Amino acid sequence: MLIEWLSTAEEQTVRLSGAWCAESVGSLEKEVDALVIPSAVHVWLDASQVTNMDLTGAWFVRRFQARLDQCSTSYSWRGTPPPTVEFVQHSLERDIGSDGNGHRDGLRAREQLGRLTLNQVESLREALDFTGRIGAVLRRAAGSWRALRAASITRHVYEAGLLAIPIVALIAFLISVIVAYIGAQELKQFGGEVFVVDLVSVSVLRELGVLLTSIIVAGRSGSSYAAEIGVMQLNEEVDALRAMGVDPVEVLVLPRILGLVLALPLLTVIADAMGIAGGAVLSWLVLGIPFNQFAVRMQEALSPTTFWAGLIKAPIFAILIAAVGTYRGLQVRDSSRELGRLTTQAVVESIFLVLLADAIFAVVYWEIDF
Amino acid sequence: MDNAINTSLRNLATARSPADLVMRLEDVSYSVGNRAILKGLSLSIPRGSVTGVMGPSGTGKTTLLRLMTGQINADSGRVIVAGEDLGLLSRSQLYTLRKRMGMLFQNGALLTDLSVYENVAYPLREHTDLPEALIARVVLTKLQAVGLRGAADLMPSELSGGMARRVALARAIVMDPEFLIYDEPFAGLDPIAMGMVMRLIRRLNDTLGLTSIIVSHDVAEMALLADYAYVLNAGAIAAQGTPVELAGDPTPAVRQFMAGLEEGPVAFHYPAPDYAQQLLGLVR
Repeated sequence: MLIEWLSTAEEQTVRLSGAWCAESVGSLEKEVDALVIPSAVHVWLDASQVTNMDLTGAWFVRRFQARLDQCSTSYSWRGTPPPTVEFVQHSLERDIGSDGNGHRDGLRAREQLGRLTLNQVESLREALDFTGRIGAVLRRAAGSWRALRAASITRHVYEAGLLAIPIVALIAFLISVIVAYIGAQELKQFGGEVFVVDLVSVSVLRELGVLLTSIIVAGRSGSSYAAEIGVMQLNEEVDALRAMGVDPVEVLVLPRILGLVLALPLLTVIADAMGIAGGAVLSWLVLGIPFNQFAVRMQEALSPTTFWAGLIKAPIFAILIAAVGTYRGLQVRDSSRELGRLTTQAVVESIFLVLLADAIFAVVYWEIDF
Repeated sequence: MDNAINTSLRNLATARSPADLVMRLEDVSYSVGNRAILKGLSLSIPRGSVTGVMGPSGTGKTTLLRLMTGQINADSGRVIVAGEDLGLLSRSQLYTLRKRMGMLFQNGALLTDLSVYENVAYPLREHTDLPEALIARVVLTKLQAVGLRGAADLMPSELSGGMARRVALARAIVMDPEFLIYDEPFAGLDPIAMGMVMRLIRRLNDTLGLTSIIVSHDVAEMALLADYAYVLNAGAIAAQGTPVELAGDPTPAVRQFMAGLEEGPVAFHYPAPDYAQQLLGLVR
């Protein structure tokens, strides 16, 4: 008998006795759960007969106390409770994992805000530093054909430009089909189906062509720039370049930027062409506008500057994408997790910057009536 | 005999004439945030020697290396390499100076998209206008020196750890530097490759008239290889001397490091509050 309920006229006592330890866990469980507890009384817990209590035993004492609480039976220890019970009680009362203090939390929030601000200032400074270094290397490269690294630029034009042609062409075609189709449905209500030509040609040439291309390239090449350079960082290859007296900005960053500045406008022209083609095909299939009529209407819709208004943006977007990708790549330190985080960041930031720059272009074009 | 050599080496190491010293650090301190990594460290590297910089992990060896190559600048004190104060050099002067020093990274740090041959040729292509025929011959002689002329067409991913380290060594000497810095050259090598790299370091040092600086924590290898060694502990020089002198050094920190003892000034436990009190939740 490990636990007994003794009741006399004056008082109720629960006597614990014997070995409350891991070996007797089977009988402990049965007896503790089987004991019938009268509700709303006061009971004395008496552990004087316990020969031995380990943490398992203490845990069953807690289980029993929880049952007493459920029956709203109050209890107190006769004499001192066993030390293991006290230890468990004590450990659970103090949570060593967290603060749990409102005042400290407030302090922490302010501390974090301060840190965040300082980090932002620091990262702004680093970004400016990086921009300045690109400028310095560019000035040096302008003086010598060799520092431009034609071979390296060619490779990046091939990888970022030529290899991206199929996906850029396909997506430009499909998006312009979608725009034309929705436009046709709406414009039909007013009998102005022919204005689908205006809609497609102006939106593709001014905005959609260059924007779609930039976003695809940011996802394709921006991420690969960050990952390539990041892995080189992890392998100490970038440090090795520095140790050999080679400036990483010159060999890794500049060829990628210049390569993309060449590749992105070319891709944009292809996207423009495929977008117009998509609009023309849809107009012919759905609205019955023949190709030559489409061409005539398009000439009326476009002003001489429409095509250039889109294309001018391409080199700017290229610089943004390539600079962000290489910058984030060079920031990779110590761990592969950093590599993933910074690659993601490179893509997200370059798409954001491209859209921001596009918005600025839109306002400027509006102001100068371009 | 040994003593005579030790004395002359010590004289060499403490000599202050710029002609004899390739590198000199004077009272250099460096800290990150509030944590001081190097505290008033001074050392000098005599020309033509193999100098070891040893010490337990986390005592600032890597920081020291970065200071020596000018990747970071000291907070105070001077780093003088080949007569030039690194802190006063412009970026382009620094890059020029780096052409005179070779550096061997822990894992070789070969450029992974270039073949062994192209890796070794890379510094030549970057810094010189040599005709291709001459580059080929220079590269082949350097590869021959490390015994990997036959591996010229392999890619870095096809090399074993020891081979990659040797290719990196060939690349480090291809510009005929005046001194060569090794970062943990023995880490992760099997005994055969280790012996090979050790003999190579010594042979290259003596035949090419280099000055070698080896940062490592492999006590046994350094004892065989180094002419003179510094033991770093907690950001300062704990001891210096020939390997024989260091083995007999009575300072507790040096004894613990050289003999690999668990008990000593370098504690197994990172500083922490009292164990029992933390478990009881009395301190955090």
